[in-house]
Amino acid sequence: MKEKFDIIRSTCIPIEIDNNNTDNIIPARYLAFTTRDPKFYGDAFMHDLRYDANNEPVADFIMNKPEFSEAPRKGVHEIIIGGQNWGSGSSREHAAWAIAGYGVRVVISNSFADIHRNNLLNCFVLPVVVSRDFQLELFETVKANPQAEVLVDIPNQTVTNMTTGHSESFPINKYKKYCLMNAFDDIDFLLNNQQKIVEWENR
Amino acid sequence: MGKTLFDKIWDRHVVQNVEDGPTQLYIDRLYAHEVTSPQAFDTLRDKGIKAFRPQKVVAMPDHNTPSDQQERIDDPIGRKQVETLKANCEEFGIRHFAMGTHDNGIIHVVGPEKGLSLPGMTIVCGDSHTSTHGAVGAIAMGIGTSEVAQVLASQCILQSKPKTMRINIEGELQSGVVAKDVALYIMAQMTTSGATGYAVEYAGSTVRNMSMEGRLTLSNLSIEMGSRAGIIAPDETTFEYLKNREYAPKGDAWNAAVEAWKQLVSDDDAVFDKEVTFRAEDIAPRITYGTNPGAGIAIDGTIPTMDSLSEAEQVQLRGMLDYMQFEPGEKLEGHPVDYVFLGACTNGRIEDFRAFASVVKGRKKAENVVAWLVPGSWMVRDQIIAEGIDRVLDEAGFELRLPSCSSCLAMNPDKVPAGKLAISTSNRNFVGRQGPGARTILASPLTVAASAITGVITDPRKI
Repeated sequence: MKEKFDIIRSTCIPIEIDNNNTDNIIPARYLAFTTRDPKFYGDAFMHDLRYDANNEPVADFIMNKPEFSEAPRKGVHEIIIGGQNWGSGSSREHAAWAIAGYGVRVVISNSFADIHRNNLLNCFVLPVVVSRDFQLELFETVKANPQAEVLVDIPNQTVTNMTTGHSESFPINKYKKYCLMNAFDDIDFLLNNQQKIVEWENR
Repeated sequence: MGKTLFDKIWDRHVVQNVEDGPTQLYIDRLYAHEVTSPQAFDTLRDKGIKAFRPQKVVAMPDHNTPSDQQERIDDPIGRKQVETLKANCEEFGIRHFAMGTHDNGIIHVVGPEKGLSLPGMTIVCGDSHTSTHGAVGAIAMGIGTSEVAQVLASQCILQSKPKTMRINIEGELQSGVVAKDVALYIMAQMTTSGATGYAVEYAGSTVRNMSMEGRLTLSNLSIEMGSRAGIIAPDETTFEYLKNREYAPKGDAWNAAVEAWKQLVSDDDAVFDKEVTFRAEDIAPRITYGTNPGAGIAIDGTIPTMDSLSEAEQVQLRGMLDYMQFEPGEKLEGHPVDYVFLGACTNGRIEDFRAFASVVKGRKKAENVVAWLVPGSWMVRDQIIAEGIDRVLDEAGFELRLPSCSSCLAMNPDKVPAGKLAISTSNRNFVGRQGPGARTILASPLTVAASAITGVITDPRKI
């Protein structure tokens, strides 16, 4: 799960659902487990849209179409293009575990819910915020050609549609960028700063 | 320039601002429940560390607890999760309110009513409805499990400071209109992402005149428009509510605390990044028709028609209505319902049960309806019985159940069957939220009560 970030060039899965809330990303019944197994959560990713009540794949759901059904690996489906307000609702980090466990490393949208965005970062999945126009262009490109690639360059903070050559820069603060590029956790930072915490308590 | 209430509390809790990065914020209270904490405790074990300030952490199971009996949990997976919380609390020295004891209940009901959530605090929990606690005048935010581990390990989180928004609600609410309707109305105006990136402060005469229970409902629903925090300046209503609560300060400490809490207001010249105002008189009893809480209408209104919408909105509406089995332009008042649910961290408090009872008193539950009436805590349940509300409910054909998150999220036996329509006081009408295939209409305790009597969606002003 904690792979250092640099440049990711990959085909994409277009999940064009607005307000794709975390109940959609992983239904509540998967929250009762105490495991941390990435595959367990990855298998549950978008479960109730991917599978019907008899656990049969829903043929017309985008992730089940032959051109998008391959599980992510290097260069393939490592990027999701998501709808507006991605990850709204419940704070369940299981949703980020599901995305990471499935093998996705980047989610691109024009807007993310605040808690889910932090959860993605803590799971070493990069949320990339682009303009609405660029988001729509990416959907169009990927739907027209499932082999189309998108390049996400973390050091330079740019995302590029390799088909059209269009590019946008995306925001990420220097601290978080350092974390992603060095596989460094917030908890390690906090443990290294314990003296400051004690000073604050005694101020 | 003056400071907002949010800024005042935030600034007092800054341990450090990381250069070109987040703020390291000190946390006064971490609440933990069984669902979002087990993997956080695992992280501490992996690192071989203890809880940094265990006395600032309070834990209780609520999501998996059954509401019909609490001797046992039949589902082995849910049972293991509840047992894991208890074991983790013992190992790490954390206060734990066990299932079935009179300390237990839904975290967001128990925290304020025990005086564990106090004005000026920073409060977090691995649960998006942690925004509830903002109603006492605290910064209260939902976090993920990695962040739960961070707080257990350091009593801090790393957060970027949100923008601030003030939502003013002015005027007197119509009879039959309560805090839940106000929240559902604001959500429909703001949309489910209208406050993303912001911390909201609720203000205005309508809010000032709300009871503490009403304010807790309002703050609870902040997350449904994207805001992680919904704060309300503490006032006499707050102090009256908190006084003599089990964990609230007592004696001289109480007096000193109240004096300090009176400073917790936004300065007159404070500037918010965004400010909006709504009028109480515009608000009718509300219901939702779609699969996000912002998709709502006045109870006597109609679902939007396609011609009023953009192409993208049409796609979304069609998807929602296909699931809900409703039509564009349809009026829902009078539509049959199968299930009613009173409870959840949104509306599981004493005032909600009083409101429900005021409608059903002397009437009978409709035979076609299954009703789950689930107090948010044992304290609420005990008060329901002390006030004789249980007898009113019983005479009207309703059964009072045991404290639990119950039918809010399908993690315990109270699941709405596929295809059935529930009218519910909970907070989310998402696809499958109350059970796979279940359909949910969100409404106030009054509207739910009126509908439980008639068996159809009913305007509480007309019964």
